[in-house]
Amino acid sequence: MHDKTLTELAAGLAAGEFSSRELTESLLARIERHDGDLNSFITVTPEQALAAADAADGARGEAGPLAGVPLALKDIFCTTGVKTSAGSRMLDNFVAPYDATVVEKLKAAGTVSLGKTNMDEFAMGSSNENSFYGPVKNPWDGSAVPGGSSGGSAAAVAAGLVPAAMGTDTGGSIRQPAAFCGITGLKPTYGRVSRYGIIAYASSLDQAGPMARTAEDCARLLGAIAGHDPRDSTSVARGVPDYTEELAAPLSGLKIGLPTEYFGEGLDPDVERAVREAIRVYESLGATVREVSLPHTHYAIPAYYVIAPAEASSNLARYDGVRFGHRCDAPADLTDLYKRSRAEGFGEEVQRRILMGTHTLSEGFFDAYYKKAQQVRRLIRQDFLDAFDEFDVLMGPASPTPAFDLGAKKDPVSMYLQDIYTIAINLAGIPGISVPAGFVGGRPVGLQILGTHFAEARLLNVAHQFQQATDWHLRRPALAEETL
Amino acid sequence: MALEHADVLRAAHLARLGLNDDEAAHYLDDLGRILEMVDQLQSLDTEGVAPLAHPLETTQRLRADEVTEADQRDQFQRCAPAVEQGLYLVPRVVE
Repeated sequence: MHDKTLTELAAGLAAGEFSSRELTESLLARIERHDGDLNSFITVTPEQALAAADAADGARGEAGPLAGVPLALKDIFCTTGVKTSAGSRMLDNFVAPYDATVVEKLKAAGTVSLGKTNMDEFAMGSSNENSFYGPVKNPWDGSAVPGGSSGGSAAAVAAGLVPAAMGTDTGGSIRQPAAFCGITGLKPTYGRVSRYGIIAYASSLDQAGPMARTAEDCARLLGAIAGHDPRDSTSVARGVPDYTEELAAPLSGLKIGLPTEYFGEGLDPDVERAVREAIRVYESLGATVREVSLPHTHYAIPAYYVIAPAEASSNLARYDGVRFGHRCDAPADLTDLYKRSRAEGFGEEVQRRILMGTHTLSEGFFDAYYKKAQQVRRLIRQDFLDAFDEFDVLMGPASPTPAFDLGAKKDPVSMYLQDIYTIAINLAGIPGISVPAGFVGGRPVGLQILGTHFAEARLLNVAHQFQQATDWHLRRPALAEETL
Repeated sequence: MALEHADVLRAAHLARLGLNDDEAAHYLDDLGRILEMVDQLQSLDTEGVAPLAHPLETTQRLRADEVTEADQRDQFQRCAPAVEQGLYLVPRVVE
């Protein structure tokens, strides 16, 4: 059963071919067998999963289209009664008193959560090596990273431990691990999915989204989690379309723009070859392709590494050792309590970004850094809006290289440059999806497709049609081929 | 804008991160290189460009000024490191 897509599993459950309990037990057994090595889960919740599976089986006939379908949640979504760590020692003891809206909606849809997936601490990372719980291995090659920060979610889906998982994307954290693990990952428009109950990293950039094997699966999941939430004032009051309706629409006449800046220096030639081959598939489906320039692309990483750490330094101020999270032993006074609790609770990358954000926001530096970065952000967004006047979608690689080796990138700046093709999308707030589009040296390559604000249905249609014409998304690592 | 050891210690104090001299020195080099990368922004002319704080350029909605939440103090305090009689315990602040 683990080799089926979420859509196939939902159909099998509806037809009574198997029960949710049978499916859940089978996947829990796979997690038990394989995850000791993979490390894609921080917490597995068999009791809650089996109870939810039984409830879904009991409601058969009256339940919704996702009832009984198992999935996993990045450990950044607050879940009542289950640890939510955000990959940090700071929250190693934290059990949230409420569910995130995404979790509530998935429960209401009848899905069965098998547990919480590993991640870079507070979603800060591009390799999943910054987790307090240790790195995750890429199921295609155990010496490679799975990508970050939703690397646990991506690896769990690729390894066939779950058919789908939820991730969050602040600078590429759904799309890059999806590309590295050979699955499909969608970052929706900023505000499309409620951020209530998602542990905040950079509030003006964070967005939750689905990670699954196919665009069709992502469409079903986005339909379940999208929508306005009065508890999140940045969520958008706008109706949720049926994202599966347009999947089958033909692509003849589709206008594709290829940003010249996404095919320049630093792009692995084999990745470029795979991406250009994928674009030729689109041409064979009736699309027209032309180059376009996004002239401010070069400034996206510098702007991001001002804005995101600045917002993070503010968001992470709440971890003070008083109300929840780690507290140091025997503090001498209140300042000592704050300083030692935070120094002990936060890992190195988180501390680095807090220091960076605090410095750029401090007196004398604000205008030169933060204000300047927000001005550049407007220019980056305008580049996209201008391009979408002319093109339906933009395409390029999700990452300049395939998954790199564990431990290969020790310098933070070289790690940050990994997100060169994904970060601008978050600054502009537009949606993006990564779909499997080939392999380089046995490691997957992702094609990234971008659309204008709220163009998710179009993106999913464009991704789905590619998956009807190719079989990259059907390839499985050896681990996922094993029957248990 | 070159970063100095004292700048790191100042940021650490403002952020209430307990770093000693060696730890601050450890971060100095990395932060210096990140700031060098960030300084590329200065080469771009942004005269007259309004800063963009929200990618959809919408204004913040305000909810009605009404009490909508029930009292959940006991539940929220269950995950606190130290509480007593409904209060969060911290080291003595006033002698």
